[in-house]
Amino acid sequence: MDLILFYLRKLFTILKNEVLVLPSRVVAVLFFLILLLLPVFTKDAYLLRIFTLTSIFAILAASWDLLSGFTGQMNFGHALFFGVGAYGAALLNKYAGIPPWGTIPLGALGAVVAGLIIGIPCLRLRGTYLALTTLAFPIILMGIVFALPDLTGGELGISGIARLAGSRVASYYIAVVTMLGLCSIMWKITDSNTGIIFHAIREDELAVRSAGINTTRYKLLAFCLSGFFAGVSGGLYAHFMRIAGPSTLEVSMSFQVVIWAVFGGIVTIYGPVGAVFILYPLLELLRFWQEYRTLMFAGVVLLILLYMPDGLFPWLRDKIEKECPRCKIRNVAMRHTCRVCTAPLD
Amino acid sequence: MGFVLNIIVSGLISGSVYALLAIGFSLIFGVARIVNIAHTAFYMVAAYCIYFVTHKMGFHPMWGMVAAIVMVTLLGIICYNIFINPIREHEGAVLIATIALAMALQEIMVLKFTGTYLSVPSLVKGYLLILGVKVFYQQLLTFCLALLVMAVLWVLLMRTKLGLAIRSTAQDKEVANLMGINEARVAMITMGISVGLAAFTGAVVVPLTILQPHMWMHPLIMIMAVVVLGGLGSLKGSFLGAYILGFAEALVVFLAPMGAFLKGSVALSIMILVLLIRPEGLFGVSFEEER
Repeated sequence: MDLILFYLRKLFTILKNEVLVLPSRVVAVLFFLILLLLPVFTKDAYLLRIFTLTSIFAILAASWDLLSGFTGQMNFGHALFFGVGAYGAALLNKYAGIPPWGTIPLGALGAVVAGLIIGIPCLRLRGTYLALTTLAFPIILMGIVFALPDLTGGELGISGIARLAGSRVASYYIAVVTMLGLCSIMWKITDSNTGIIFHAIREDELAVRSAGINTTRYKLLAFCLSGFFAGVSGGLYAHFMRIAGPSTLEVSMSFQVVIWAVFGGIVTIYGPVGAVFILYPLLELLRFWQEYRTLMFAGVVLLILLYMPDGLFPWLRDKIEKECPRCKIRNVAMRHTCRVCTAPLD
Repeated sequence: MGFVLNIIVSGLISGSVYALLAIGFSLIFGVARIVNIAHTAFYMVAAYCIYFVTHKMGFHPMWGMVAAIVMVTLLGIICYNIFINPIREHEGAVLIATIALAMALQEIMVLKFTGTYLSVPSLVKGYLLILGVKVFYQQLLTFCLALLVMAVLWVLLMRTKLGLAIRSTAQDKEVANLMGINEARVAMITMGISVGLAAFTGAVVVPLTILQPHMWMHPLIMIMAVVVLGGLGSLKGSFLGAYILGFAEALVVFLAPMGAFLKGSVALSIMILVLLIRPEGLFGVSFEEER
């Protein structure tokens, strides 16, 4: 009993001293709570469906950020991982009869292999060369998919695969919990030693190499990790939509991921996730003007970029928080002195 | 014998189209370091512009071509000044801006002309019979005009003061600026030339293809492959790479079963194979690592 009280008190202290002092952390906690409690308030099938898909794509956008934002390996063919995950899960489910909880991780492993295969030739390239080369891989795979219609269903894709879960609410929880879990893991990875090395590779690869770190191995690791998370999202998508079609490999899919990530702000993980949660429902909201939907989407992206080229969320965060010049700890913008070292904030 | 000629004709045509597009793409990348995803979207807009002038307004296709080139070049410069120039320091943002621009142009075309397949009459009618293979005059015209424009561009770049300014900006922006070249203006003019080339390509090739709002996707992928294959920023590389991939595509379409599906894959696989052997492309200079 005392132990429980102790932990409760500790939780309360952390909440008071670490979470409630920063608006961005409050928003993050609220985001978790709202997503987890949403089905309690509404059982609207349409709303749940939108948020399930949004969560699936949030994993995808965050995984792009892990590879291209943090490691700086501009990947324009992220749809490859998504497509391999989706097709892998669908094929395993249809021909081997494995249920979704088995096919999704296996499909993600397929995406890891894909990451290795494209990582090895691409490690010699950097910058724009890399971006333009990676664009080619999903298109090559799409050609193969079209050329083998017996196995992959060609243009129609593989349909009739197992449902993610029995009910809408269950699928919603699977997608949302997976999203929250994986994104937290990604955020943790970027905060770990490995993540710091990823970040350093982006800033100055030569300096990292001269520090005795095998950058090739770390870049390959980034490709594999990113491939795994994107593959999970592809598998979830295939089982949720119950179809794995060539649309998962399209160029527009790759571009979409880049738009989400850059719109939200790269090198943050939370930026791309937040961007998907704004842009994807927005696209659904605009369905009342069906013809103007994509045009308005493009217009919103263009306008936001003109005023905040670093992305939406870093811009917002800089508006409501400032960094202490002495101890580098973040404070609410309203404070005049730092909350830890009491140094005056300018 | 017949299909060899078919392969040659189709390879030369698609090679020239890719060469024209890739040179424009390469030019603006070299000068301003902008990866212009919307490049082929301008090509599509030019094609629709011709359709509009000839079908809706009833003028001769010749006027359609002129109008398309002028209007689209202006459109390109306006878009550059509004959307790209203010955010040029942020590489990622420029990339997204051009993607969004391409999407916006595509959607405007869908709204204006619907998504149905359209076609445009050719500038010159009739065909030539060589070894039992029909070679349309329009194909010959496209090929000759493409070569002519590339020659004009070469003279412009190598023999004029503007060309010198463009080349020196591409080599080193800071030094060019110090030598009194207005870098921002050169970038804008290069954007104009680049979009103008795309518009011209759209204008000459439109009678040979079908018009639809998604027609910019395939050429975009191909010119990206061409540019990587030839070496970024190298015009000679883009020229050669375009013909290599053009012929590869034609060969696959005519010889392999399911060729139409595989043509993109094979061309892109060639690009990756070349990159494995020469990471900087055929004629690329490996850029000094920027720190």
